[in-house]
Amino acid sequence: MKNHTIALDHGSGGLLSHELTEKIMLPAFDNPVLSRLDDSAVIESQKGRMAFSTDSFVVDPLFFPGGNIGDLAVNGTVNDIAMSGAVPLYLSAGLIIEEGFAVRDLETIIASMAAAARQAGVSIVAGDTKVVPPGAADKLFINTSGVGWIDGDLEINAANARAGDCVLLSGTMADHGMTILNQREGLSFDADVKSDSAALNGLVARMLSVAPDGIRVLRDPTRGGVATALNEIALASGTGIQINESSLPVRKSVSGLCELLGIDPLYAANEGKLIAIVDRACADAVLTALRQDPLGTDACIIGQVTADHPGRVVMETAIGGRRIVDMLTGGQLPRIC
Amino acid sequence: MEHTHHYRDGRLCRRLAEQIASMCAEDIRIMEVCGTHTVSAFRHGIRTLLPRSLSLISGPGCPVCVTDQAELDAFIEIANMPDTILATFGDLMRVPATGSSLQKEKAKGKDIRMVYSTMDALDLARANPERQVVFAGVGFETTAPTIAASILAAHAESLRNYSVYCAHKRVPPALDALMHLSGIEIQGFLLPGHVSVIIGEQAYAAFFEKHRIPCVIAGFEPADMLYGIGRLAEMIASGTPGLENAYGRAVSEQGNLRARQVMDRVFETTDALWRGLGRIADSGLAIGEEFADFDAARRFCVNVRPAAAPAGCACGEVLTGRCLPPQCPLYAGVCTPAHPVGPCMVSSEGTCAAYWKYNRLSDGWGK
Repeated sequence: MKNHTIALDHGSGGLLSHELTEKIMLPAFDNPVLSRLDDSAVIESQKGRMAFSTDSFVVDPLFFPGGNIGDLAVNGTVNDIAMSGAVPLYLSAGLIIEEGFAVRDLETIIASMAAAARQAGVSIVAGDTKVVPPGAADKLFINTSGVGWIDGDLEINAANARAGDCVLLSGTMADHGMTILNQREGLSFDADVKSDSAALNGLVARMLSVAPDGIRVLRDPTRGGVATALNEIALASGTGIQINESSLPVRKSVSGLCELLGIDPLYAANEGKLIAIVDRACADAVLTALRQDPLGTDACIIGQVTADHPGRVVMETAIGGRRIVDMLTGGQLPRIC
Repeated sequence: MEHTHHYRDGRLCRRLAEQIASMCAEDIRIMEVCGTHTVSAFRHGIRTLLPRSLSLISGPGCPVCVTDQAELDAFIEIANMPDTILATFGDLMRVPATGSSLQKEKAKGKDIRMVYSTMDALDLARANPERQVVFAGVGFETTAPTIAASILAAHAESLRNYSVYCAHKRVPPALDALMHLSGIEIQGFLLPGHVSVIIGEQAYAAFFEKHRIPCVIAGFEPADMLYGIGRLAEMIASGTPGLENAYGRAVSEQGNLRARQVMDRVFETTDALWRGLGRIADSGLAIGEEFADFDAARRFCVNVRPAAAPAGCACGEVLTGRCLPPQCPLYAGVCTPAHPVGPCMVSSEGTCAAYWKYNRLSDGWGK
């Protein structure tokens, strides 16, 4: 591209828009459905149930240790689809770019989207780019939507949790949330933290292969963290969830940062972890399968579903006490003292 | 952070809790003065390990909760001044002022910035020379030194567009005021750790001599708190009150002398209004004459009008241990964290928020 920054004309639908698509998007996302450049992508359908999800990404900063907004936007939607047990296949990507954005940064982000899509085995088959005047958007926003198909009569949803089931977490908590917080507002503590942004569909496939009938609920605990996801499951299923503080995996560096900033890691965002509610009979097999995957090496059983305190999550603390783990209200604000 | 694990050791904590239980033959009431203690007790499940005969009463130790309604309204007024940036710590954002909050004003387009440090507020002033940057100075002796340091820095570099609206409060005079309230029946005080790091054990000596009530400075880890509570229980059971520092790894006799010097240079003590406690002599910090230029109240003639607390809200009684959150008529009905009426329900260190967040089960554990 001749220009070094994005101009309003790059979103006008005219020559510069065409150049942006031809030079940056098409080579990166390279697939026959997209390259037809028709008004809509035409994809082969399977009979049966389809999972469909959408998510918008406005993360600030755009680049952070462990990823950028591009791979986050692909992985986020892939994971939302995968959490229903579906195999994600096709994504769309809508970009809203603030005028003046560096073309080089855009190229890096698009390359990350393409790499994440390849890694997840999905194709980005439809897209749109708009450019808005300075101040009308903050640098770059990305929306991705996606579809996937659900095999057979698989039923994975939050209402399925039953008393006696085990609660599994695929790895450490709060890596993404604390990385972003550490980068933001010049708050760069010299901490060894990085985002866990990753596509989880491979992990889900592995779990389903060992326990096709034993996976009751899958959730990726993004905003609101593990605590909020568990509360949603407890409310949807009318069960209680009991977790053990000493089983909760948190990296030392992340836990240190949380202590320093007064943030509870249970409420911080994850972008490459899943919670699985699993039939107790299959729990060991699923755990072993999780741990065999590089994305699940720190997987563990963090608690169980119970008939007690329906709709509530209760934690046995490390010192042997008990407390409620509530939904997040508002954002977590840094403490005053 | 590695060392915190020692203070969260389950066996150690259970043993400390058993020792406390053995000393609580009769009902005793201990007040944890600091909001961080309140939250730590709930967060670690400490209350569920204590005997039913021991009541842990939360005190006036949440800085935004004790901030008077009139001061909250003053922050809103400042945020509405033209060409002004109001810088604040995050805790203050959602606290309800009369008819608004800083968060609501920000949503309306007022320039309110959440900062992690007063030095960030100074950076804002440097980066926006054409605008006034006012820091909302709320907090106890813990935060006051950093605010004083920011004023010294602004003074040194003649930063003309930085000022502080000072609503700081001092803990020891509030303890004395609590002793004069009727109906709280506190038998011992678990004294704040962070505040004491700055002011030192010596700051409580006069209070202790006057009232001869058991006082123990404690840290915030579960073992710290349980040890402190145990020392108080022992003093109460044996009738031998003392002033004791159980947080020796952080708190010294004299405190942080450098921080105290910075505070003394910039601030002078003044009477202050506390929610729930009213006007307390010498319990506030005001910016002294030498640095009057950096006093937002004087620079902008901020109009502080007396303002009533929200109707029906029992935050004042909750802050002084005269009412438990579930006894407030608004608690959990009208007033919830999503729709808070009083500051104790919104601040992360507020007693009502802590009860709501950690202690809302019908089987009544963790009184």
